[in-house]
Amino acid sequence: MVGIVGYGVYVPRYRIKTTDIAEVWGDASGRIAKGLGVFEKSVPGPDEDVTTISVEAARNAVKRAQIDPRDIEAVYVGSESHPYAVKPTGTIVAEAIGCTHDMTCADLEFACKAGTAGIQMAMGLVKSKMIKIGLAIGSDTAQGRPGDALEYSAAAGGAAFLIGLKNPLATIEETVSFTTDTPDFWRREGEDFPSHGARFTGEPAYFRHVGEGAKSLFRKTKTTVDDYDYFVFHMPNGKFPVAMGRQLGVPPEKLEDSLVVRQIGNTYSGSAMIGLARILDIAKPGSKIFMVAYGSGAGSDAFSITVEDAIEERRGEVPTVDDYVERKTYVDYATYAKFRRKIKALG
Amino acid sequence: MSNRVAIAGVGMAKFGELWDKNLRDLSLEAGMYAIFDAGVPGSDIDGMVIGNMSAGRFTGQEHLGALAVDQGGLGHIPAYSVEAACASGGAAIRHAYMAIKSGVHDCMLVLGAEKMSDVNQTEAMNTISVASDWEWEGMFGATFPALYAFMARRHMKEYGTTEEHLALPTVKNHANAVHNELAQFQRAVPLKVVMGSGMLADPLRVLHSAPITDGAAGLVMCREDLVKKYTDTPVYIETSKQRSDTLALHDRKSITTFNSVVSSTKSALKAASLELKDIDVLELHDSFSIGEIMLTEDVGICEKGQGGKTLEEGITEIGGKFPVNTSGGLKARGHPIGATGVAQIVELALQLRGDADKRQVDGAEKGLAVNIGGTGATSIVHIVGR
Repeated sequence: MVGIVGYGVYVPRYRIKTTDIAEVWGDASGRIAKGLGVFEKSVPGPDEDVTTISVEAARNAVKRAQIDPRDIEAVYVGSESHPYAVKPTGTIVAEAIGCTHDMTCADLEFACKAGTAGIQMAMGLVKSKMIKIGLAIGSDTAQGRPGDALEYSAAAGGAAFLIGLKNPLATIEETVSFTTDTPDFWRREGEDFPSHGARFTGEPAYFRHVGEGAKSLFRKTKTTVDDYDYFVFHMPNGKFPVAMGRQLGVPPEKLEDSLVVRQIGNTYSGSAMIGLARILDIAKPGSKIFMVAYGSGAGSDAFSITVEDAIEERRGEVPTVDDYVERKTYVDYATYAKFRRKIKALG
Repeated sequence: MSNRVAIAGVGMAKFGELWDKNLRDLSLEAGMYAIFDAGVPGSDIDGMVIGNMSAGRFTGQEHLGALAVDQGGLGHIPAYSVEAACASGGAAIRHAYMAIKSGVHDCMLVLGAEKMSDVNQTEAMNTISVASDWEWEGMFGATFPALYAFMARRHMKEYGTTEEHLALPTVKNHANAVHNELAQFQRAVPLKVVMGSGMLADPLRVLHSAPITDGAAGLVMCREDLVKKYTDTPVYIETSKQRSDTLALHDRKSITTFNSVVSSTKSALKAASLELKDIDVLELHDSFSIGEIMLTEDVGICEKGQGGKTLEEGITEIGGKFPVNTSGGLKARGHPIGATGVAQIVELALQLRGDADKRQVDGAEKGLAVNIGGTGATSIVHIVGR
């Protein structure tokens, strides 16, 4: 059965505390940070972008999978912060990890769920035997306008998943999507920062789409919450996935392990995928995982995944999510502003 | 000619952040409910008035009178749209009251509507701010929370009103809204939560302020001698009075009294040959909690400066001598600007008819509503009786 033959993540080492951001913008009480459930967020270094993050994550995935990168015949990179508007990130990644030139490649964008869209595309190609292995990456250096609510959560990181048939460490039984035209969050060409519809991003956007995607997957797989050991939802902040879990009747302990957002923020296209990677790092063979990624604009991709025996022998070779979460160097707001090129005079 | 104008029916769409409904849906819903409640054949309605503050900026649509008549399938009857900032709903009712009393119209549909959530919060705030004196206040950054904060700070200095007093209208109004299924917030809020909520403009906090709301409310009003044809439970508008004050706050001698409210209330009570003690239930314009405290004083429930204390003593709770904002008020029912004045009269009508369920004020016979625009530059008072 089609599944995940390897995975890897990367999170930049720099962190800023959300209370430090709050202080700059006049909320000394820390109420905003607490309300969002995001305590620290990752900050990309000045020489890091979606390409470097994707390459690091992909290298980890290939190493864990113990595959020949020349067997990768499709590379998809999902992001909303590709370094180039025109010119793929994916080609740089493919060359860097040693893929052949006889492969297909594309950059994808669907707000925070372009990476999981890549997983679905790779699944289709693998299942139809058009390719042996597909690489799907979700990676972002998310933008947040200084002073905007987004600034407390917009972070950087990525996850790479190798999809294939042979010796998977987790199988993907089913995937479904729920898609509408709902403009809750957007960024036009040439704009530095995204715009959003404030509370409109909640009920009619995130909760509707994640909720419908989840219900659709339960229906299609004839399963219930009780059939799964772990749940992963897209994490725009620490509050939404917890509220989503409550709405669907998910016991908090089945969700808790995926909530990396509290320590690293919202890594956008990397968010749900890093959450899934955190579960794969710790889950026992036979565990069942229910994941729903969300992308503004809007849609959700839901996956039913079973952890296989092979996972145990692939651990220990590459850094885990926790290794990256714990590897950190704090920066103050001024350094963060410099790294993120928020200081206009620098050009 | 009769002195009174009858309310044959009332209707209201649920207030809230209604992503799935636009201004047309809301107006149509409230209008239909009012017409069904009244049992009036559409062909008997010979005119309609809609109160709305700023559909042009909030939704890009003006000419709401024609829009509402068209949507409602009311044919070719004349339609008027009126604007008086937050008092637009009250102004629509007064407009119909005058039209019916003068004999120009016999039976009218009155609507108040506002769709506010289609724009972002900054645009919503800027749109609301044009109800102040834009050249002298709004343009310089004096938003409504800031202007009401001036009043609150001064009230605290002059009369010893405390931060706890400022939280009391919110606690009371939310408790009332628990029993109003059409309210935006059907939940109680503890005092501690109000007092710890985010600061908007010191000393006013988020939970001292009415929310951004989508909503519409409607009435069918007609000549007193016609109403028995339609309903066995009519209520009547006994009087309608309106007064103006300076548009800018700084031009007033006192910013802790709404002079327009004092004079319009006195004049309304006099015209109805009533005293305040005859009033059983009130809807007072609590766009900010300091507003309700000042209005409690200005309508005469207590002496000037005693508003906070009066709330503390429970005099304005349901079961108290003068129940105020049994609906939840602007704070908890929600404040879709143009709809608010109409929603106030919907609540009073339900109270007088005995239809207010668990928030019913026993045996209510007379109700009084104060709907104000801006920081009190417009005050419209209606007294409703059985």
